[in-house]
Amino acid sequence: MLKHVGAYFLMIRLVFVKPTKRSIMYGLVLKEIQDLILGSLGIVCFLSFFVGGVVSIQTALNIDSTFIPENLVGFATRQSIILEFAPTFMAIILAGKVGSYITSSIGTMRVTEQIDALEVMGINSVNFLVFPKLLAMTLLPIVIIFSMFLGIFGGWAATIYGGFSSSASFIEGIQMEFNSFHVVYAFVKTFLFAIILATIPSYHGYYMKGGALDVGRASTVSFVWCSVVIIVVNYFITQLFFS
Amino acid sequence: MIQLKNIHKEFDNTPILKGITTEFKRGKTNLVIGQSGSGKTVLLKILLGLFTPNKGEIYFDGIPFSSMTEDEHRILRREIGMVFQGSALFDSMSVVENVLFPMRMLTKLSEAEMIDQAETVIERVNLIDAKHKLPNEISGGMQKRVAIARAVVMRPKYLFCDEPNSGLDPKTAIVIDNLIQELTKEFNITTVINSHDMNSVMEIGETILFLKDGNKEWEGSNQNIFKTDNEAVTDFVYSSNLFKKVRKLYLEN
Repeated sequence: MLKHVGAYFLMIRLVFVKPTKRSIMYGLVLKEIQDLILGSLGIVCFLSFFVGGVVSIQTALNIDSTFIPENLVGFATRQSIILEFAPTFMAIILAGKVGSYITSSIGTMRVTEQIDALEVMGINSVNFLVFPKLLAMTLLPIVIIFSMFLGIFGGWAATIYGGFSSSASFIEGIQMEFNSFHVVYAFVKTFLFAIILATIPSYHGYYMKGGALDVGRASTVSFVWCSVVIIVVNYFITQLFFS
Repeated sequence: MIQLKNIHKEFDNTPILKGITTEFKRGKTNLVIGQSGSGKTVLLKILLGLFTPNKGEIYFDGIPFSSMTEDEHRILRREIGMVFQGSALFDSMSVVENVLFPMRMLTKLSEAEMIDQAETVIERVNLIDAKHKLPNEISGGMQKRVAIARAVVMRPKYLFCDEPNSGLDPKTAIVIDNLIQELTKEFNITTVINSHDMNSVMEIGETILFLKDGNKEWEGSNQNIFKTDNEAVTDFVYSSNLFKKVRKLYLEN
């Protein structure tokens, strides 16, 4: 375990040394933005809309007391979406989608000796492969903005069409006691998750050994470790920001 | 020319190479042969700088590898071309992009100059009609030819090939062998080829190094491999009945 942690941080160091030519890197980053960020927007939007709807329905159905105001549905939906659902839940989803893609693509390059080919040419393969992914993933907060917006929108739609509350009280709930610090907190942790999502799968792909079957195994291990690290980092950052 | 002096390599206290001393000549196709596990691939990876020997020294045109500075290593790497066993072409790039790749990464040539140089090499390996195809759209033999084109596009001083014929039909294998030999002569390259293929040994083995259990068992050429009475070599090279008959005929004549 400690050996892996050490190797992981050594890999991170290699990401920033002996950089690839800027003109080449520019193209690589654009390609990764397309694959990792734009390619994830669809699933993130879809999931966010429906999970936002479920959150608001569950909140509305669990309010029995007449003393609890109707705008609580909007308030609870907003808080759940901004604080946890959009940044954390989406990061776990992306650990499956983006993480597996990164591990399998780099792992396949390892198996088919493409990484050796880069090394033989005198190219820093870690920088060439991981840096563009890392840079592209720093745009993850943009994806999370979509997730937040569509999650709340999904909550609003489910509330109105389910007849749980009026549109006015839902919107009043969304605006109630809004604290911009919560959005900052969400973006800070999204940024950290982005680094985790780019580097842990890269590590598992880059240092994998074996054949095609091991590529699949490495993708699974990478997903598990990404999820574990995201959950642990989420705990510590929440403690740090709110205690 | 590449000289190896007393190269030792071990993994987890298991010796893989046990003091290899040899010389790979410029302008010749130097073959390294031996059974699986004899240390051929490890030797090639040491030559490529992917593994460091535990003991011994490699001289590239007289300059010891271990005494080279980081800059000299970088320059040396640019003088090395490598053809991997599985071609190792970049899947997302077309044939021409694969060939352009080392130049784009390592040179400051203009795009027009690079394309011109790449097309010359692609034409040389007879793939000009397939230049815009992706690696998965061409045959194994064509992929090997792209890999050769990529390896020689930077006009290397040293060319290393790891079993360039594996997985190819005999006719295509001969095409690849001849191509490597022609390019070796044309560009005066020091070519080192790891091979299992006995046709390659007979066709292009200008110098042959036979490894057995990490030791240099025999050294010679395709001319005198027929005459050798080294049992390990004859067991390996003439393991098939066909080659036994060929050898018998050769010796009789």
